[in-house]
Amino acid sequence: MSRETSLVTAEWVAANLNDPKVVLVEVDEDTTLYAQGHIENAITFHWREDLQDGLIRDLISKEKFEALLSKSGISNDSTVVLYGGNNNWFATYAFWYFKVYGHADVRLLDGGRKRWELDARPFVTEVPTRTATRYVAKERDNSIRAYRDEVIAAINVKNIVDVRSPAEFSGELAAPAHLPQEGGQIKGHIPTAKNIPWSKAANEDGTFKSDAELKEIYQGAGVDLSVDTIAYCRIGERSAFSWFVLHELLGVNNVKNYDGSWTEYGSLVGVPVAVGA
Amino acid sequence: MRTCGATPGGPSLDGIDLTKQTVIQGVILKEGENDSVPNGAPVTNGHVRLLDASGEFTAEVPTNLEGQFRFFAAPGSWTLVVQAPGARVEQKIVATQGTPSDLIIHI
Repeated sequence: MSRETSLVTAEWVAANLNDPKVVLVEVDEDTTLYAQGHIENAITFHWREDLQDGLIRDLISKEKFEALLSKSGISNDSTVVLYGGNNNWFATYAFWYFKVYGHADVRLLDGGRKRWELDARPFVTEVPTRTATRYVAKERDNSIRAYRDEVIAAINVKNIVDVRSPAEFSGELAAPAHLPQEGGQIKGHIPTAKNIPWSKAANEDGTFKSDAELKEIYQGAGVDLSVDTIAYCRIGERSAFSWFVLHELLGVNNVKNYDGSWTEYGSLVGVPVAVGA
Repeated sequence: MRTCGATPGGPSLDGIDLTKQTVIQGVILKEGENDSVPNGAPVTNGHVRLLDASGEFTAEVPTNLEGQFRFFAAPGSWTLVVQAPGARVEQKIVATQGTPSDLIIHI
């Protein structure tokens, strides 16, 4: 994994968006954005309707993932390029999702919608029609996904990185400030977690900082990346962003995203919780 | 800054429990003659960042089709950074619970 294999620039997307092997997929937190305008030939996945089971709290099953990609015209050998609003939060979550189900060639548009918009590049409203495929997914790769018992066992043992904002980490806020303040049952963070907000990894235009700057963010916070690392946030999207930074850009393999995150941990009975900076 | 005015800049506050939420919201309007966009037009391709008192990033939203944005913050000092193609504006604000901060920002 490296920047070269996992990240593409807006220039690259502009030059390749008519390549039939390339499938652009927009994934937004604000799901009205795609209809307002999107990159030419891009399709969209709805993070809740398409990517959540709906009955239980979990990823969709392998069979449902195969059905979603098949009807979307994505093949096993497609180059999938994800992008979205809000600094690619939900696009990186979808990237992690594609990796969990073993898709070979998936990439992220550096800076997402924001960089595209700040460059004054065009959006269209036409929805492309793609021919259905027969996609075959792999079994879930749990080497990049953490579950709650593993997180509890990691306290004081592994690196736990809380990528939420300092106000959420300390317990002042329960959710990011663009959302109503709802979250887990209680506020605070997992004991021994280091607060390294996802936003430290992004430039103001939404693109990623350089590898040297990214390494310094973690080393400067005293995180030994030779030790296993678990990243979490509130619902697993922002931590997918930080997982992307570590696993894909910096090539650190022993990193997991805890997608249960604070909405799960902060509702568990009897687990330890810390508050304050 | 307007507070709970009859013609606020931000989106409708209907359905939001203002006794519990600390709302910072507003509208971004175009200013200046250096492009083809008329003065006073809503900026629909803007991005608004919310930084805490120490300058740390807290949240970001795109403006909507009316050029509006909204945050649910905590009481205290915040900085808004508005970005749009060719423009960047910072504005400091003190937010309070119960009374929404409703802004009109020209870029």
